[in-house]
Amino acid sequence: MSNSTKYIGKSVPRVEAADKATGRALYGADIHLPGMLYAQVVRSPHPHARIKSLDTGPALAIEGVKAAVTARDLPALTDIGRALGNEGAMGLEWFRRLVLAHDKVLFEGQAVAVVAATTPEIADAAAGAVAVEYETLPVIGDVLEAMRDDAPLLHEDLYTATLGEKPTRPSNIAAHQEVARGDVEKAFAEADFVLETTYKIQRVSHGYLETQAAVARAEPDGRVTVWTSTQGIFNAQRQICAALSLTQSLLTVVPMEVGGGFGGKTYAAVECLCIMLSRKAGRPVKLVVDKSDALRAAGAGAGAYATVKASATKEGRLTACSLQLVYDIGALPNSHAPGGMRSLGPYKADNLKIEARNVVTNKLAALMYRAPGSTQGNFAVESHMDAMALGLGIDPLTFRMINAVEEGDDDLLGTTFGPIGLKEVLNRVARHPTWTKPLRGRNRGRGLALGYYTGLVNTNSSVLLHVHRDGSVTVVTGHVDLTGTRTALRQIVAEELQVPLENVTVQSKDTSSAPYSDHTVGSRTLYTFSLAVHSACGEVLAQMKERAAGRLGVDPGTVRYSEGMFRAGRGKSKSISWQEITRLSVRQLGGPITAMGSATSNHPPCFAAHITDVEVDPETGKTRILRYTSFQDVGRALNPGLIEGQVQGAVVQGMGWALGEELMYDQGHLQNPNLFDYRMRTASDVPFIDNVLIEVPAPQNPYGFRSVAELPIVPVPAALANALFRATGARFNNLPMTPEKIFWALREGSPSSRRRL
Amino acid sequence: MGKTPGTIKKTSIAVTINGESHELEVKPWQTLLDMLREVLHLTGTKEGCGDGNCGACTVILDGREVNSCLVLAPEVDGSEILTIEGLSVQGVLDPIQRAFVDHGAIQCGFCSPGLILTTRAFLAENPHPTEPEIRVAIAGNLCRCTGYDKIVRAIMSLARP
Repeated sequence: MSNSTKYIGKSVPRVEAADKATGRALYGADIHLPGMLYAQVVRSPHPHARIKSLDTGPALAIEGVKAAVTARDLPALTDIGRALGNEGAMGLEWFRRLVLAHDKVLFEGQAVAVVAATTPEIADAAAGAVAVEYETLPVIGDVLEAMRDDAPLLHEDLYTATLGEKPTRPSNIAAHQEVARGDVEKAFAEADFVLETTYKIQRVSHGYLETQAAVARAEPDGRVTVWTSTQGIFNAQRQICAALSLTQSLLTVVPMEVGGGFGGKTYAAVECLCIMLSRKAGRPVKLVVDKSDALRAAGAGAGAYATVKASATKEGRLTACSLQLVYDIGALPNSHAPGGMRSLGPYKADNLKIEARNVVTNKLAALMYRAPGSTQGNFAVESHMDAMALGLGIDPLTFRMINAVEEGDDDLLGTTFGPIGLKEVLNRVARHPTWTKPLRGRNRGRGLALGYYTGLVNTNSSVLLHVHRDGSVTVVTGHVDLTGTRTALRQIVAEELQVPLENVTVQSKDTSSAPYSDHTVGSRTLYTFSLAVHSACGEVLAQMKERAAGRLGVDPGTVRYSEGMFRAGRGKSKSISWQEITRLSVRQLGGPITAMGSATSNHPPCFAAHITDVEVDPETGKTRILRYTSFQDVGRALNPGLIEGQVQGAVVQGMGWALGEELMYDQGHLQNPNLFDYRMRTASDVPFIDNVLIEVPAPQNPYGFRSVAELPIVPVPAALANALFRATGARFNNLPMTPEKIFWALREGSPSSRRRL
Repeated sequence: MGKTPGTIKKTSIAVTINGESHELEVKPWQTLLDMLREVLHLTGTKEGCGDGNCGACTVILDGREVNSCLVLAPEVDGSEILTIEGLSVQGVLDPIQRAFVDHGAIQCGFCSPGLILTTRAFLAENPHPTEPEIRVAIAGNLCRCTGYDKIVRAIMSLARP
């Protein structure tokens, strides 16, 4: 790939932006079909209860009510379904409980039944008429409580998933992972300086503005179509078919625009409810989740306790670090611990250990939330490294530079780092005015935190290219576009095929028309589909060179392509244009030009550093963020404008997590199920977010791309905590760092005692 | 048991939406948002929270921006309403829409119709605002994707004299 590119590296606007600006773009709730019914969900008011009786009869007696569904309507599981369903992070049995409660409810707001009626009002009345009798059970509200030996069991058949010895009795610990190298205890005992602290990270909401919404239409012959704002149509198809024993070829999942996902639209529960109702009623059914129900019952970002212990020499060399993480994953076992296993990624000590547990509680499931598990671990580790540097009397950037990993070092999971950008990131920070220019003024402080993330492993993306008679190109993708997928595909195809950007159109298609792609999660999309599209473009050019050679009467190996012309030999006599080949192809050159590209890949390591300046108002405890700068190694920037937007969004999301957002529970009951009491950052709470993009190309990608979208939330809470320490003298180990906590820390601590907080 | 919802008498209203007059039968409890989306199928107006906290359902009612989820449909009898569908004329983007597109202020796009209409009402009152004024003016419109950076820059580009 040459360095002079026409479209790669350019900030072209998103292809669908005008549709979104004019209200033409269609989201899950915007579908309206003739004869469509409206669904409403009957939800449990209790966080933990046995369902003693459940009667939908009174609802069905209301005029206009056409169908009601409970867990009794879920079909028996088949072997094919079991195999399909257990592929994801959440096993099939648990996913079916996300769809509908079985014999007991496990969290407040869990769906117990669902009804469909001719109007939303009748559906509401019908949901209220469903008779449910509950026997309440003790609520497990906190993970520390849940891990006690005498704790009541949430699931009587839950045995800890572990690589070690299989447990002999069930517990509330769903998973236990441990990785280590060296001997941390020995290193702690021998060290000049040791520090240990426990940090607490609260549960948060994904905060997407569009709640889950879907419309399903079941046909009498067994075919089903579902229109949904899911993050992955093929993953949704797999989950639905497994849970409902449907044949995959009978189900078409149509991607709608997604009004924010962040990992919260990765389980197709709402889709299952719509399909079950539509099959019973014989009419299309729409279900749009209320915001309060989404906050209560759709999915959350996990809370966690994190204990970090680290030791260093007096010169500042980290000799050992251990991290113990306990995630509050809610009632339905799924994966968070793997995210925590990356938390020590930036550091190269000889002795490292991470232990992570997923623990179940009577709360809604913690689904993947932007860099799942990573932000929690990072807050603890990066707060701790800051405290280590201060304790040793070393500048926090210097402390990071002494201990930063580089090419050739092994990470804790045993992978040897190839070319990585951490040193470049730190060097840029060291030279940048956001770090070098002193911050003056009272109640102000500057914080630094590092971030590390790698995307998912072993995921697939595929694309289909069609070259039309007029030479224009259609790209068909089954990728759900959350982050600019269509725009990015267009840029790469135009670059590779050397055709004008305007002649490339990307179509997001459904599961019956597009080749397979995994969901848009885990910062995987651009990295993997660029591999797929690279191979598809290569295939198109090979086909066209062969056809050009045939027309020119030369060997295909001698044909060169550039700027719309295929040439052989010297001079113009031996050339044929792109358009000439595309025009002749269907009738005279062997058929249409079409190619599929597919790639299954892992993702490269990505590093970032964040710097922020804050000012605290001692009267109110309120934090004002004066400046925020992200330094991130993006490998190579395909579309700098889109990257900046991703980073800015992630940073502000992280500011919310750090300073105010919290799903607040009382015995499993959510206390703030609305956007007034669950307060996300507004435009007036934040400054502009500055971006420094660093480009250390990823070696396994033909363009050098790295993953971008999740990493920039990871360091935010720690960067702010470290800045707040310098502004207030108080170390905040317990998120969120609300004005109340800051106010009391300032009130209670005299300058000397504050240092110990 | 009271009356089932379907049997309550509807109210007739006359309203101008995006320059077109409509005579509509609406339910007394129906919100303006519901009327736009479910009766007229003007789905460009989005429902984010349904209780006035997110601004995604913002429309312009007689020159002022309102959360259409907090206005009852019978109240808009005799009013003029501008929704996102009425902003571009004959397929040409309004300057605010253009600025949002060109500045990369649109990501998932769910908040965009509301933000664009809030911006329109705000700039009509204050054509040359400062950055802090812009931030306060759009503070009623939540966005989870952009961090507001490019939205504020898009509005600043319009605010220059």
